[in-house]
Amino acid sequence: MRIGVVTFPGSLDDRDAARAIRLAGADSVALWHGDHDLHGVDALVLPGGFSYGDYLRAGAIASLSPIMTEVIDAANKGMPVLGICNGFQMLTEAHLLDGGLIRNEAGRFICRDQGLRIENNTSDWTTGFSANAEIVIPLKNGEGSFMASAETLKALEGDGRIVARYIGGNPNGSLNDIAGVTNARGNVVGLMPHPEHAVEAGFGPDTDTAMASGVDGLVFFTSVIAQALVSR
Amino acid sequence: MPTIVVEVMPKAELLDPQGKAVAGALGRLGQTQSALATVTGVRVGKRFEISIDGEADAATLAAVRELADTVLSNSVIEDVVGIHVQNAPSAAVV
Repeated sequence: MRIGVVTFPGSLDDRDAARAIRLAGADSVALWHGDHDLHGVDALVLPGGFSYGDYLRAGAIASLSPIMTEVIDAANKGMPVLGICNGFQMLTEAHLLDGGLIRNEAGRFICRDQGLRIENNTSDWTTGFSANAEIVIPLKNGEGSFMASAETLKALEGDGRIVARYIGGNPNGSLNDIAGVTNARGNVVGLMPHPEHAVEAGFGPDTDTAMASGVDGLVFFTSVIAQALVSR
Repeated sequence: MPTIVVEVMPKAELLDPQGKAVAGALGRLGQTQSALATVTGVRVGKRFEISIDGEADAATLAAVRELADTVLSNSVIEDVVGIHVQNAPSAAVV
């Protein structure tokens, strides 16, 4: 399986995402924001960072990049797309996911290991998790507070489209403790925390058994690879 | 050369952490400057000045309105609160 990672001006975590993809067992393909070409990939990751310096709104200018025409088209045809942090912001700006992200409630940038409950394990990126699995992956952002209208929120909750919820305290004021959502089809997922930073022992969050040994994030990537094999 | 001004504010019902931080600083100044003691809140928004070549006619204004609703603001978190035409880019208030 080939998974593309799009690099935008100001992307920071594109190489970490590519590495996570390789560790999960797929080939990573570097894609460029200015191209109109997905190079035949089977799935896509929009990585974290501060594309265009977060000018206008976080993810807004990137969502208008040339490659987003192809990304939106592929997503609407069912290609698995994972937006992490700034990538999540892009997906909301591109209207591929509902809601929007605003500045953290306390006004501060937050960087910490964050507990999450995976509440939807049927999306293309979460099938490897057991029901209501509790995981820990890093959270690092300044604008991670998830907002949506009461109507949208009701639909997200009612349809089971909340992929991940913060546990152990809401870090940023997100409505209903929402850390990640999916679309109706379950192929597009947006997450504020960073699974690609918890994929290799020695470099992940601390666990009860050993320092920096948390690899919970790897499951997002192995899930999409397993999904691709099933649907083939 | 007319300039079309578009003003965007965070939705009133959403918390505006940026405005809150500014209000907090003004509150601290208010302890020493009595004129600021009456400030009860601050909200921070954005102002875009769009320079155009030619007349700001109805079609151009309609196009800017569309741009304001779809690109310059995100209706999930923001509202367009004003669009108006002025004859030149803004200069300092004297």
